[in-house]
Amino acid sequence: MHIDRVVRLGTDALLVEVPDSATATALFETARDRISVEDVLDIVPAARTVLFDGVADRDALAEEIAGWTLFPDDVAPARPQGESVDVPVVYDGPDLAEVADRWQMSVEEAVAAHSATEFTVAFCGFAPGFAYCTGLAERLHVPRRPDPRTRVPAGSVGLAGEFTGIYPSASPGGWQLIGHTGLGLWDVDRDPPATLPPGTRVRFVPR
Amino acid sequence: MTALASERTLQVVRAGPMSTVQDRGRPRWAHLGVPRAGALDAPAAALANRLVGNPPDAAVLEVTFGGLSVRPSQTVTVAVTGAPGPVAVDVRAAAWGEPVSVRAGRLLQVGTPTVGVRSYLAVAGGIAVAPVLGSRSTDTLAGIGPPVLADDDELPLGASAEPPASIGVAAVRQDGDPGRTGLRVLPGPRLDWFAEDAWTTLTRATYTVQAESNRVGVRLQGPRLVRSRHEELASEGIVLGAVQVRASGLPLVFLADHPTTGGYPVIAVVHPDDLWRCAQLRPGEPLTFHPA
Repeated sequence: MHIDRVVRLGTDALLVEVPDSATATALFETARDRISVEDVLDIVPAARTVLFDGVADRDALAEEIAGWTLFPDDVAPARPQGESVDVPVVYDGPDLAEVADRWQMSVEEAVAAHSATEFTVAFCGFAPGFAYCTGLAERLHVPRRPDPRTRVPAGSVGLAGEFTGIYPSASPGGWQLIGHTGLGLWDVDRDPPATLPPGTRVRFVPR
Repeated sequence: MTALASERTLQVVRAGPMSTVQDRGRPRWAHLGVPRAGALDAPAAALANRLVGNPPDAAVLEVTFGGLSVRPSQTVTVAVTGAPGPVAVDVRAAAWGEPVSVRAGRLLQVGTPTVGVRSYLAVAGGIAVAPVLGSRSTDTLAGIGPPVLADDDELPLGASAEPPASIGVAAVRQDGDPGRTGLRVLPGPRLDWFAEDAWTTLTRATYTVQAESNRVGVRLQGPRLVRSRHEELASEGIVLGAVQVRASGLPLVFLADHPTTGGYPVIAVVHPDDLWRCAQLRPGEPLTFHPA
């Protein structure tokens, strides 16, 4: 079992710490399958944790989670169960050349490297429908911009650390922008409203 | 009147500094980045609904620092709770914390509270704007739900099933003084990221509410909380009432419109029964924390 620690917080929440985002995604998906909506109000995966908020019986839940086998072979993360979505991208972001430089590649090679990667939505946050996509090799991780932009247009595709993300709406932001997409990411009249909920497998396809 | 028009409406004549539609909020979507929202002073909103005979999940108006005037299209029963202040129908003073009948076309005014910040106006039948993801609440962080009220808005009202049941006056809460009584706190998930004396500092010092406080959180000025671990915290889920410590070392209490995840350590969590007090803290007022 790949759970590092279970922390009780507030009166009715559990924060489960795990070693990596793949485990967080697997724990989130398992929990969504196995836990009744009456027993937990919200389950929030993040980079190294899964938060269980509004838990009816914390001790029972902690015990139940400890008994789960997240990965059948107990070694590698299972393939996420989510949908597979292709995100069409025009690789024309203002930081693309700098990112390619950091990767010690040409711009063409950088686009090829990014679009050849199979990503998984580890979690959503920052804004509704903003998906933190993991999958980039560690040598391709880049820092945030030291000076965040005051306005990043909706649809911008950016990099920060291990993550690739797409801004669902215009907002301030410090991610390295490598391109943009016209794909709609958020629609409250749809179920689910997010195009890329946690567990979704994502490919960025050059346009 | 067209078939689409609601028969019962509430015309917003003056929206005031900041008035929003709120119900019990929008849980179950946090994993998609959707804030909880909902009335900040939930007990006051629930009381207002009870006073007019609404179910507890009916939407009310959350009125920040008064300044709201509305005109019902039909005779309605209303109640104002939360931060106490002047209530008037046309030029006549009306009761705060009790059901009040407002005749069709009369002007109901919710004035600036004498203490506290947020008053709640319930109208029999509830504010019947279209729900978004299961809630009628305005979320000011992500912009989900109805927009913040503006002058000349026309709000639909739901059908009022029956005359409101009479309820005892004892239901009205004594608001007390949050600065003196303080907020009970439980240890947060990252207490171990702070220096040994940080918990003592938090629970013994007096903080001051800053003007930048809003529905997202109460920002505080006071003794800085020193960290023992300085690396970047990977973003993690945030609960209502989380006391997060920013790079400045100053604490912030997250309220209903808080972001679903955050990358600063949470040192403490405010007891849920005390959260309503945060809704009523004015800038400049003192605030203390006590171990629950």
